[in-house]
Amino acid sequence: MAKNDLLGASLWDAYSNKVTTLMNNPKHQGEITEEEAAAHSNRLIVADFGAESCGDAVRLYWEVDPKTDVIVNSKFKSFGCGTAIASSDVMTELCIGKTVQEAVKITNIDVEFALRDNPDTPAVPPQKMHCSVMAYDVIKKAAGLYMGVDSESFEEEIIVCECARVSLKTLQEVIKLNDLTTIEQITDYTKAGGFCKSCIRPGGHEKREYYLVDILRDTRREMDEEKMRAAADAGAKGNFESMTLVQQIKAIDAQIDESVRQFLIMDGGDMEVIDVKSSDDYIDVYIRYLGACNGCASSATGTLYAIESTLKEKLSKKIRVLPI
Amino acid sequence: MKVYLDNNATTMVDPQVVEVMQPFFSEIYGNPNSLHKFGTASHPAISKAIDQMYKALNASESDDIIFTSCATESNNWVLKSIFSDYIVNGEKNHIITTEVEHPSVLATCRALENEGVKVTYLPVNSEGVVEPHVVRSFITDKTALVSVMWASNETGMIFPIKEIGEICKEKGVLFHSDGVQAVGKIPVDLQDVHVDFVSMSAHKFHGPKGVGALYIRNSQPLSPLLNGGEHMGGRRSGTLNVPYIVAMGKAIELATTDIEEKMASIRAKRDRLEDALLELSDTFVVGDREHRTPNTILISIRGVEGEGMLWDLNNGQIGASTGSACASEDLQANTVMLAIGADSELAHTGIRLSLSRFTTDSEIDYTIAHFKKAVARLRAISSSFAKVQPTLGGESKACELHH
Repeated sequence: MAKNDLLGASLWDAYSNKVTTLMNNPKHQGEITEEEAAAHSNRLIVADFGAESCGDAVRLYWEVDPKTDVIVNSKFKSFGCGTAIASSDVMTELCIGKTVQEAVKITNIDVEFALRDNPDTPAVPPQKMHCSVMAYDVIKKAAGLYMGVDSESFEEEIIVCECARVSLKTLQEVIKLNDLTTIEQITDYTKAGGFCKSCIRPGGHEKREYYLVDILRDTRREMDEEKMRAAADAGAKGNFESMTLVQQIKAIDAQIDESVRQFLIMDGGDMEVIDVKSSDDYIDVYIRYLGACNGCASSATGTLYAIESTLKEKLSKKIRVLPI
Repeated sequence: MKVYLDNNATTMVDPQVVEVMQPFFSEIYGNPNSLHKFGTASHPAISKAIDQMYKALNASESDDIIFTSCATESNNWVLKSIFSDYIVNGEKNHIITTEVEHPSVLATCRALENEGVKVTYLPVNSEGVVEPHVVRSFITDKTALVSVMWASNETGMIFPIKEIGEICKEKGVLFHSDGVQAVGKIPVDLQDVHVDFVSMSAHKFHGPKGVGALYIRNSQPLSPLLNGGEHMGGRRSGTLNVPYIVAMGKAIELATTDIEEKMASIRAKRDRLEDALLELSDTFVVGDREHRTPNTILISIRGVEGEGMLWDLNNGQIGASTGSACASEDLQANTVMLAIGADSELAHTGIRLSLSRFTTDSEIDYTIAHFKKAVARLRAISSSFAKVQPTLGGESKACELHH
């Protein structure tokens, strides 16, 4: 939020002229019939994507030359808003003249790019990016029908954010490498979640298999586990300062058992470790005296000094022992 | 021709209203709370506006009508102060409202849920209204407030406020109604109907934006939302917005004088438009027209997505509205259409047309012609009306609606 966000964006004003022109006069709107395709000895492929109940639906028609796999003609029908119609129109245009194998490589980003008036200005505002994703999906479906394969097989990786085409693997890597902790940071680094926002969390425009909130949480958990394993490994090697808190307390207790406790017990006393707090400069070990040690004059001087020097020597120079 | 048919969103300020506001900017600009004549000079006009409000709503002298900045403020005020006055102390813990309220009620209720308040969101029937017996069945001895809109902004359907008011009175539960879409459009008689609080907004009845009011029956206690100077009898602080208060008084007077005649005139145009649009195949209008505000139509046109339709209407210089938005960030089917149980395929096809007393017959003629042309064009593009069926296996899987 800042000055530019105070007045909500005027959605339609953010469309490129191409989007407006094609919405008003789509060039490839219409149908191709079985008879027309047969007359040219071509194969007709008709694929649907989306549904009216989702708010947008598109039907793509391809007339394919079976000898060359070239899409010689393409049309569309669309139930949707202006950008959905314009995206569908450009999609058919991009398909014509390509082989099915080439067409399946057309992504929503190509469709959006083709709708731009100039290469540097997006054709649609972020929340409308998703309209072009349907174009990508319906092409895959048509290609799957033509080639007799599952349309999912064209997808080489798991795409979490369809609008910006960001994969699960990329997201996990970016979170780890840059130590990201918020969704906003993920969007800043990868653009994922910056458009239709469906992939951020459940309940958005579209139901997704993966959501950024889950990926962030799981990746952070993985990072924590890695960190802990590293600490545990370091602890196992005896590096006190890298140990986890539990390891530190165990190490302190072990040292006290070994070098201190027997002398306290001889005098009818004992001690226990209450807490360990680490800062950059110190590792503070809070202890409590028990039995005869409690109130003993030496407990704040000689005995304390003995405990502290033992721990300093055996574990870390940063240790301070604080009786409470 | 330009045709504005989005009067449930906001209205043109009546030039007569603009005229009465004028002196209170640079001529009579004193603070009404000041002792000097600069301040007191505005008192007659403010008193007049207060009188106009009481008369228009048939409020009793023992009631309060407090000017606010807008109905969003009025709605927030009631809900948040009921929370602090009756719920925080543990006396009550429950608020009842409906699924179809304005966001200023729904979002405030959700915020209160985070504070631990139990909120019941009542469903509406196939006509889009909450039935009184449903309200009754949810009231408990822990219910602090029932909040039900007087009329729907989306469908225009008028809710059974009198019956719900009787139930609340009988049960001893406070009753608030968001009257934004009713006040100035239909008769609102606050001595005939038992309601404790009513929110309203001037810009919905040809007054300016930035001024609203809250009616409080019998001047009953309700902690202020805004603390500050002791304006409006200590109920709502902030220097009185003199020109806008004067304007609201004038606007409500103009809207409610001979309201039956005004309603008949708007209704005649609305019905003519509605009849003409229903000549199109595969269309339906939500709610029985006798129980709607006389200016509103929510029509569904199969195969034509709402935002696409708005685009074409806009190209024809017609301003309308839709409760749904295709593929936008908060893409939602029209929540009211879903709430009334409309076929989910039609929930993205709602177009709301809302007239005003300034809408003319020639504007209606123009709208009918252009609307039909737009439907024809968009249905020609629409996949719903395509004839060639998908290749075997190329059909779409049903979409899961989420909202």
